Amino acid sequence: GWKRGSSFLPGIDVTDTKLSTSAFLLLHQARAERFFRSDHTNNWAVLVCTSRFWFNYRHVANTLSVYRSVKRLGIPDSHIVLMLADDMACNHRNPKPATVFSHKNMELNVYGDDVEVDYRGYEVTVENFLRVLTGRLPPSTPRSKRLLSDDHSNILIYLTGHGGNGFLKFQDSEEISNVELADAFEQMWQKRRYNELLFIIDTCQGASMYERFYSPNLMALASSQVGEDSLSHQPDLAIGVHLMDRYTFYLLEFLEDIHPASQANMNDLFKVCPKSQCVSTPGHRTDLFQRDPGSVLITDFFGSVRKVEITMETINLTPHTETALAYVDQLPVAQIIHQKPKQKDWHPPDGFILGLWTLILLVFFRTYGIKHLKHIF
Amino acid sequence: MKVRPVLSDPEKQRGRSAAVAIAALVIAAGIPLWWKTTETYRAWLPAARIGELEALQLELRVEVEVVFARGTLSPEQQKKVPASRMHKTGLKFTYETRFRTATVMEEDALNQPTAAEADHALHTLTETSCGSVVIYIIPEASALLPQDMRVYVGRSRTALLRSQVASVVGAGLPEVLAALDPQMEQVLQTMSFNHQDVTAALTDRLRPGLSTRDSLADSMRAFKSSPGYEITFSLLNPDPKHHQLHWDVEAALDAYIYPLLHKMAPVANFSVDSQILYYAVLGVNPRYDASASAYTLSADSLAHVINPVEARLGSNAASSNPVLNFLLYVPDSLHSPLIIRNDQKQEVASNAFHSPRWGGIMVYNVDGAYGNDTQFPVDIAIDMSRVMGVFLSQLRLMLGFQQTGAPPGFVLEAAGREGVAEWELDRLLWSRSVENVATASASITSLAQLLDQIANIVINDNIAQQVASAVTALQAAVAELEAGNLALALEHSREAISASERAFFDPSLLHLLYFPDDQKFAIYIPLFLPMCVPILLSLLKIFREVQQHRFDKLE
Repeated sequence: GWKRGSSFLPGIDVTDTKLSTSAFLLLHQARAERFFRSDHTNNWAVLVCTSRFWFNYRHVANTLSVYRSVKRLGIPDSHIVLMLADDMACNHRNPKPATVFSHKNMELNVYGDDVEVDYRGYEVTVENFLRVLTGRLPPSTPRSKRLLSDDHSNILIYLTGHGGNGFLKFQDSEEISNVELADAFEQMWQKRRYNELLFIIDTCQGASMYERFYSPNLMALASSQVGEDSLSHQPDLAIGVHLMDRYTFYLLEFLEDIHPASQANMNDLFKVCPKSQCVSTPGHRTDLFQRDPGSVLITDFFGSVRKVEITMETINLTPHTETALAYVDQLPVAQIIHQKPKQKDWHPPDGFILGLWTLILLVFFRTYGIKHLKHIF
Repeated sequence: MKVRPVLSDPEKQRGRSAAVAIAALVIAAGIPLWWKTTETYRAWLPAARIGELEALQLELRVEVEVVFARGTLSPEQQKKVPASRMHKTGLKFTYETRFRTATVMEEDALNQPTAAEADHALHTLTETSCGSVVIYIIPEASALLPQDMRVYVGRSRTALLRSQVASVVGAGLPEVLAALDPQMEQVLQTMSFNHQDVTAALTDRLRPGLSTRDSLADSMRAFKSSPGYEITFSLLNPDPKHHQLHWDVEAALDAYIYPLLHKMAPVANFSVDSQILYYAVLGVNPRYDASASAYTLSADSLAHVINPVEARLGSNAASSNPVLNFLLYVPDSLHSPLIIRNDQKQEVASNAFHSPRWGGIMVYNVDGAYGNDTQFPVDIAIDMSRVMGVFLSQLRLMLGFQQTGAPPGFVLEAAGREGVAEWELDRLLWSRSVENVATASASITSLAQLLDQIANIVINDNIAQQVASAVTALQAAVAELEAGNLALALEHSREAISASERAFFDPSLLHLLYFPDDQKFAIYIPLFLPMCVPILLSLLKIFREVQQHRFDKLE
């Protein structure tokens, strides 16, 4: 079983040359105990909203709610890949610009002041999504658009949009199928790009998307079973659209109670939004996951609680005698500025062009008659 | 009433030959053309050699030189010393041992008063190659080592081993050598590699139960092998109104950090930068402890310090290399001094902590530098040697040098100014080479498997070339490991891993080509059916007429 609880080194004073035997054993045992509650050292999140158009406001609000929770619980922007297929905050039809609300009566603005969208608008495509997951991005892609996870990363993947039995619609023009998604995860596993992965999907018939997974260490949650539709929560009459989907609404409510030191585990997450609240039946899949879900903390995926060790050893360095930094002998500024002028590209001398045109004109008048000349001059 | 035209025989013949010609054209030219144009270009991959990689067995060889000092062997034993010997352990590690007696100059070096000086003198005498180990056997009564210590491991690749076998005249050389074996093995396991290190390097290919928990913890702390690393040193000054901090980071880096990074140049490229952040606060409120009259940070709150700070730290947008962050936090005057307490509520000497695969944070208190009535802001120069001592030890941990777990009876000389001893570097190189070879071969085999499974992925020439060069480099690396040339093996393994990563993560290998069967039918049927139906029907008609004609002829 995994040991929970206090997870830091007992204080042992260690010099940097010798260690006595008992201290050595104690040090290693305590250190080893601590690390084995969970295997991860960093957290990543990939949050994707796949629908565009104003009436799909709720999908953007869904994604931004999860983004906000994940940031609040500690995952920094550099470890979040946020993909929003359309811009609702600055949409022309938004009566409250620069805001995206998740609750009617505009209680919670999930857009915030410091949202960092990595893939926006038409950049959210199936191809880009798969490229982010598998890491096959062109070399010019900046760091913020990459998923730079390693074999000790826990990744949270959240997808929302319109879906069907075995597919998820991107941008109203293409689809990703559950087979492609499962293959992408398998390629991630082959390169050990994750330690554990939590997959949450809030679409109609969402459970079909995780049917085909076959890689280890995957846990999946969906908002509805095959054949069921995921329903939206409430419309806001001022904004004119539905603000959130039910599953993510109750998920957000659940996450608002979680703080970085919380001990809530996955079994609590499975209970979010029962059929009475959600109308659809949320499903989950844990057979590929190695640990028992009851021992997996919510903050293992939604937060970023770092493992920390006290630095016991230091190296004794003798102070370095400061040699006064002397600038290398340089040329005086005037000499540097006065450089040879750059060679300009060669142009034919101006007179040449004039002469050329005169020649052309003369030939013209010679051929067609000198009488036209008087019209020119 | 429409009169049906009666086709005369030549017209019928012409019709028939037209239909046959069209059908022939479709079959002979159309189908191959369709096949060729819908074919994906797949360059040839060396599948046989990739298959061999899966069954790859690593064999590691260490060259050991054992030098007997005067007084350890009797003269008869000295004459019978064998020149060399191979010693294979059960796990494919070979120790190729060469024996000899000490030269006069080495004897002089061993006559130094302390072990450290002896080691230094010996180091100047011989040049050891990367990956090899030299063990000097010194007499039991020697005063170089303290009484209870048997082995002294120096800063380069030499070790001094106190001979345990009392030089009884009757004891033959084989007994002496046999008695030495277990001790030598222990020395080699400390200085070179051991079974745990190698399995830890292969950890991601094995199930966690196979490696020990210590090695797993070590592997979680150190970064995985990568072609380059970015190191950032940041000074956090939350209180510029009171503290004007000066840190001479460039000189400090030159003096303390760059020597280590230069030594690590065969392993990876390093890029170092530094920054100063003003008004950066820790995310945790320290509590005031009246007994110590200082503010304290307890051990469990340390985990929450890193996240708010990380948002403020930048990183180099152009590279995807892992980043190590070393932060120096100078508490503001209201919260000075700030000390870190461990679980036992004891003060931590270094006042620093680190997080695996991220970096380290050190708290530097400056309240002692000024009194209450000085004029603010106060100019404070930070003692970089103290700071760099902490950062250097944290950097060693992050890079994969294990903490000095000396077995009983061993004295391990501290690395001191250079940052790392040669044998520690060798240890890292062994595990890195093995890790690189394992990762590269896993990448290649899984890539080959992937390309096999998905028949629709295009394999460009450059991918095939990368794969071929990766396989060649891998085989070269394994050969060098078998021969014991550690430096060459590391180079080849780095080539192999960079080629295999480039091949695996090539942007053109995108599997967007999943076509369910019903979609394939839906695409082809509207195209081909209208064309094929008339052809088939006319062929059928011709066939029936020929049948009829033959039937008539028979009658």
